Amino acid sequence: MNNSPQTLYDKLWARRCVKSFDNGLSLIYIDRHILHEVSSAQAFEGLRAAGRKPWRTSGALATPDHNVPTTERELGVEGIDDPLSRIQVQTLDDNCQRFGIPHFALQDVRQGIVHVIAPEQGLTLPGTAVVCGDSHTATHGAFAALGVGIGTSEVEHVLATSCLLQRKAKNMLVRVDGECLPGVSAKDIALYLIGQLGTAAGTGHTIEFAGSTITSLSMEGRMTLCNMAIEAGARAGLVAFDAVTANYLKGRRYAPSAELWDSALAVWHNLHSDADAEFDVCYQFDAAAIKPQVTWGTSPEMVIAVDEAIPAPSTVGEKQRDYQSALAYMGLKPGQSLGEITLDRVFIGSCTNSRIEDLRSAAQMVAGKKIAPTIKQALAVPGSGLVKRQAESEGLDRILMDAGFEWRQPGCSMCLGMNPDQLLPGEHCAATSNRNFVGRQGPNGRTHLVSPAMAAAAAIAGHFVDISGGGK
Amino acid sequence: MQAFKSHQGLVIPLDRCNVDTDALLPKQYLKCVKKFGYGSWLFDDDRYLDPGDVYTDCNLRRTNPRFALNQPQYRGASILLAQDNFGCGSSREHAVWALRDFGIRVVIAPSFADIFYNNCFKNGLLPLVLARPAVAELFALEQQAAPLMLNIDLQSQTLSRGSAESWHFAIDAGRKENLIEGRDDIAVTLDAAESIKHFENQLYREEPWLKTDIR
Repeated sequence: MNNSPQTLYDKLWARRCVKSFDNGLSLIYIDRHILHEVSSAQAFEGLRAAGRKPWRTSGALATPDHNVPTTERELGVEGIDDPLSRIQVQTLDDNCQRFGIPHFALQDVRQGIVHVIAPEQGLTLPGTAVVCGDSHTATHGAFAALGVGIGTSEVEHVLATSCLLQRKAKNMLVRVDGECLPGVSAKDIALYLIGQLGTAAGTGHTIEFAGSTITSLSMEGRMTLCNMAIEAGARAGLVAFDAVTANYLKGRRYAPSAELWDSALAVWHNLHSDADAEFDVCYQFDAAAIKPQVTWGTSPEMVIAVDEAIPAPSTVGEKQRDYQSALAYMGLKPGQSLGEITLDRVFIGSCTNSRIEDLRSAAQMVAGKKIAPTIKQALAVPGSGLVKRQAESEGLDRILMDAGFEWRQPGCSMCLGMNPDQLLPGEHCAATSNRNFVGRQGPNGRTHLVSPAMAAAAAIAGHFVDISGGGK
Repeated sequence: MQAFKSHQGLVIPLDRCNVDTDALLPKQYLKCVKKFGYGSWLFDDDRYLDPGDVYTDCNLRRTNPRFALNQPQYRGASILLAQDNFGCGSSREHAVWALRDFGIRVVIAPSFADIFYNNCFKNGLLPLVLARPAVAELFALEQQAAPLMLNIDLQSQTLSRGSAESWHFAIDAGRKENLIEGRDDIAVTLDAAESIKHFENQLYREEPWLKTDIR
């Protein structure tokens, strides 16, 4: 028993450390392995080539999400027009069958974005280690679980051994306290923090988010926040276990029930940083300082409050050249206000913001209104078939469609535009996704990252508006 | 995996921070189910003036003469020199495969994003972390004295230029060993199979709710 005070990350690490080697690497036991079509094919191929079998299949779950069309699904995999996408999705189906991996196929109502469906099913549980060949696996840290994104070689390694070779990261604490302004959501907090800290601040660290602002977030909000930890450079983000976590999990399909629930709770209650735990780095922020955020550039750290002017490159020191190229790419000038940008498309979706709460917040903003005539397309893409069904039972689909949104089938969609949902060159998009990189949503497309409420309000106005005054 | 012991090669400069994996290999190429053959798509958006996808014959595409990878003086370069936070963004290992298939064996930068850094070691590529002033020095040297040839010796953790200049670099022992030996991580881990089984049994005794049969 270790009696010195530990951080939540220290505890999670210790709970899953199978073995530490002299060379600084450790074997971490993996409880949940989520797979999707883009990063798994070569891993299965590697297993096959080496004549290896999965160590176990019971903790794995696969689903296609990155590549799938968000239009009709009646024809299943056969209905995917792009032959390459079709092969990739078919390859996942085949591999799951061959290796016995549990699989929510394209037409399964439980299919959806990997980081939406695992929590939704109660598979992401406190104290566990969750991996996926996707950088946004940080999302699962919202459950006081160790969620890390891995590459394809590591996917193969986890399939073959149920373990991951890791070097322990450093501990970073990011505290946010106080009440948020109206219209400010977890997404704004995430973008604000990235703006303050930079996209590399978390490199080599696990970030624990704490403070009264964080604990008052819903699980959906905490997932949004932890999801974006990777945009701050951290492979994992964490929030301590509490009643909010327990309430979300209770009754979920694969969460424990009956007496197992009580035994689990007894273990989970310890999943927080000890009072005197030491962090390598600490930051503290005041929630009252956070206004709705909008990115203007080509890195998530190029972000400002909706009422701020686009900064001049001369104000940023060594990053001056990156700012200049970002401005040129985005077709913007220093000093311009965000409201001047005419938006072409709006995208509400992605593993960051496609959960029920996100759709509610967007629907609330557009209820009884119409999207601006200058908006060529407004997409609402639920994160899973079950989120979609829930939203439809609440009438959110009608509200969004009446306003002029297209209501789609679940998938990653326009977040990375691997499927037909893409920006055309030069188009500006208000997107609830997580990356505004050059070409991310389509070649020469211009992404502005925002919250669902901000995206919805922008769809109505045709440009960004400050919703912190109550949406007026 | 290809081992990495030492390397001598030509430096190609890319004076940018936050080079993301979308830039290294754009999404349209992630649809492939193969592990090799990504080299001609490395830095696709920067490298070509017209758009392309898997079906496009890259030989027929117009190249951007201002981009270093297209410039004759860098032909055959195998050491990429870049700035902070190299490889940020998506976990796509395809980004590393593209570098490897293009012929890059070493990327030198002041810092790397974690997942990318890790992925390099799985593919015999050395991500070499060098202090910011040293990187600045290399960029300056490259400008003044191109072609810049550098030697990397992983065992002694030295980067050198001829016999005149050398820089020491840090790397953790485990990763260094694996790279030098060209080890198959999985085989090494499976050597510990007994420990894993023991751990697993104990885990399911302590947290029986984790025994899930997903259907």
